Amino acid sequence: MSTATLERETVASSPRTTPRPIPMTRIVGVELRKMFDTRSGFWLMTSVGIAAVLATVATLLFAPRDELSYGSFAGAIGVPMTIILPMIAVLAVTSEWSQRSGLTTFTLVPHRGRVITAKLLGTLLVGVTSIAVAFAVGALGNVVGSAIAGVDTSWDISLGNAATIFLADALGMLMGFTLGVLIRNSPGAIVGYFVYALVLPAIFEALSAYQDWFHDLRGWIDFNFASSALYDGGLSATEWAHVAVSGTFWLLIPLLVGLRLVLRSEVK
Amino acid sequence: MITVDSLTVRYGRFTAVDDVSFTARSGRVTGFLGPNGAGKSTTMRVMVGLTRPTTGSASISGHPFADLPNPGLEVGVLLDASAQHAGRTGREILTIAQRTMGLPAARVEQMLQRVSLTSSEADRRVRNYSLGMRQRLGIATALIGDPEVLILDEPANGLDPAGIRWMRDLLREYADQGGTVLLSSHLLHEIEVVADDLVVIGNGRIVAQGTKAELLEAAGTVVRTHDPVALGRALQAAGLDVTMSDDGVLRTDGAAARVGEVALAAGIALTELKSADGAGLEEMFLELTAESQREGAAA
Repeated sequence: MSTATLERETVASSPRTTPRPIPMTRIVGVELRKMFDTRSGFWLMTSVGIAAVLATVATLLFAPRDELSYGSFAGAIGVPMTIILPMIAVLAVTSEWSQRSGLTTFTLVPHRGRVITAKLLGTLLVGVTSIAVAFAVGALGNVVGSAIAGVDTSWDISLGNAATIFLADALGMLMGFTLGVLIRNSPGAIVGYFVYALVLPAIFEALSAYQDWFHDLRGWIDFNFASSALYDGGLSATEWAHVAVSGTFWLLIPLLVGLRLVLRSEVK
Repeated sequence: MITVDSLTVRYGRFTAVDDVSFTARSGRVTGFLGPNGAGKSTTMRVMVGLTRPTTGSASISGHPFADLPNPGLEVGVLLDASAQHAGRTGREILTIAQRTMGLPAARVEQMLQRVSLTSSEADRRVRNYSLGMRQRLGIATALIGDPEVLILDEPANGLDPAGIRWMRDLLREYADQGGTVLLSSHLLHEIEVVADDLVVIGNGRIVAQGTKAELLEAAGTVVRTHDPVALGRALQAAGLDVTMSDDGVLRTDGAAARVGEVALAAGIALTELKSADGAGLEEMFLELTAESQREGAAA
């Protein structure tokens, strides 16, 4: 008690050099690591590969022999991708809030814009790699399948179409990312994505079937519908304009709003 | 050094932090004391840039936190030991911090040893950790960059008595080596053992601050003598407030030095003379924060 009242001698610490700023590559590396280092993250990533293999096997087993082509393999693999990749994007963002790890993340890197950019880059890297793996598995399936069936191997996906498939998957991931920054809660954002990807199309489909005016305007309004054309490739100028216009409303504006919220909101 | 300058944080019409200014100096442990909801955590979140101040500012060694190029190397922060991803292992959480700061990988193992987490504990996922283990992990994350400044919010929560002792020694050592330590608590006893300086906050306002010695002095003196009645009279004659308990112990609001002088002048031998520290400071704390405490009406 009495000693506590004595002034303590302070030991001069060794002179410190000003630390160098954290490079962006390092933040991207750390964010990538964080996507894999939990059990759910690990299995989500692994499921990309598993789903690709399962879809290929299913196509081999169930598709009519004369319809075996690269397109049928790529199409089968593409379906699980459109679900899994956006989930990866959602969780990369929302876990910082839902798990409250953002408290540490945003104090170690006190510029949220850099962290969010790193998450976006990491997500896109995962997306590009996953799609590349999917294409490769599909190619393998196509070669093996046509050999088993004794038909000519058919490569019916053009390079241009492959590029638009890439774009469609990337837009899907961005949609997940957008919902992540907008909602910042894992269950909420995941439900949000399924509403967007599964419920809304059904509503729009019904509306389009009964309302002529909507049927004509659908491409401009329904981003899901507009971007689904990317899977088939060969988009007309109007179809590209559909993607751009509906994408502005469904993706770009919500993304900007979400980013602003992320940058300004309090992290608790 | 941490400087908080006229800091105010408002949420709508509610003022969580109201014109708070203080400095946590290097080489000292500064205790940030206040009842729950007094504004301690909000103030600390502003310090590290997680919450925007309405007005005022906070800086670390003269720089706003966001201007630090690699903050983990300069400021160790533990705001909430439970705010860790439950699905990561303890080792992984430390590895993320180590990588973000660009430190050698060996630091992770060193830190685990420093906070006494065993290798098997480090490989468990944080959802299986006790609060005490989370605190140790949080401390390890704060210390891994070997920072000069530590900002710790309620670090002793959930630690067992041995853990609290360990934490106290660790913070003491840190300050003795020239570091700045700011730790908050709503428990006076926890803080008064280790802190050199105290900042007491209630209802978002600072209600007292100074060195512990000053605040203890303000809390009064306890004095024993074989003739308490005579000494009591002498102290009263000197203009001091005196109370005598049943066992003849006198308590006065005067400083120990003043009491000694009065006793010498009166020719009364003392058997004990000390500041009323523990009890006195606690009373002061309760008194200072009475208005802002939930139990305030009853107190």
